[in-house]
Amino acid sequence: MKSSIIVFPGSNCDRDVAVALEKFKISHQMVWHNETSLPKTDLVILPGGFSYGDYLRTGCIASKSPIIEDVIKHAKKGGLILGICNGFQILIETDLLPGVLLRNKKLRFLSKNVFLKVINVENHFCINFNKKSIIKLPIAHNEGNYFADNKILQNLEDNNLIAFKYCDEKGNINKDSNPNGSSNNIAGILNSDKNILGMMPHPERLIDPILSGEDGSMMFKSLLKSQ
Amino acid sequence: MKISATVTLKKEVLDPQGKVVSQTLKNMGYKNIISVRQGKYFKIELNETDKEKAKKIVEEISKKLLTNIVTEDYTIDLD
Repeated sequence: MKSSIIVFPGSNCDRDVAVALEKFKISHQMVWHNETSLPKTDLVILPGGFSYGDYLRTGCIASKSPIIEDVIKHAKKGGLILGICNGFQILIETDLLPGVLLRNKKLRFLSKNVFLKVINVENHFCINFNKKSIIKLPIAHNEGNYFADNKILQNLEDNNLIAFKYCDEKGNINKDSNPNGSSNNIAGILNSDKNILGMMPHPERLIDPILSGEDGSMMFKSLLKSQ
Repeated sequence: MKISATVTLKKEVLDPQGKVVSQTLKNMGYKNIISVRQGKYFKIELNETDKEKAKKIVEEISKKLLTNIVTEDYTIDLD
């Protein structure tokens, strides 16, 4: 599997993603945002960070950068795209995923580990997870409060397009286990063809016991398995 | 030609910053404050003399870039 990590000014998780990909022997190239075409690639990763200093709206300026046109083409051809944190915000601003990410309900930057329930395992990113399993991943964001109108939420629920929901240690999905106020406790969603995943938690940060856990490994193993 | 665009969160969307400013003003003794909505203000200078054309361009960029039409509204004013 060949992958491309798009690097924007202000990206700061691009190298973490690269380390994770290297660990799982997925070849990768760093692609600068000013490039106009992607190298031959199966997977595009939009990493976390603060692209363009979060100017205007999070992910907004990045969604208009030169490389994005080719990323959209890659998406339309069925190529895989994984947007993590700021990458998720960029996917939303690019209209590749529906809804918006508002400021966290309590207006605080959140940096902590959270529990997630894996809702959909029938996609390239999650086939190695067990359905309804509870995993632990870190979040680090200020704008992760997923919001969409009822029609969009209903469509996500009905078509099984929600990949992860915030839950507690026991798997309860409720207000108390919702860190940022997201509608329906949504932490990550897929597009209708399930070739695009946007998620606020960071799988690349928990890929080794030395980093206090390796639940994130499953995503990279899934990607390897799905090729 | 100079045109300004003001972008604010839609009425139905919670504006936490505006709410905090409003509450702070009340705490400062301004009892007649009803509410505050915080927004963004863009002062745009265009190389265009036709008012209608300029307005159309600003309208377009407001939709395409300056606002997220899901959560925000915009108003345009000719200077």
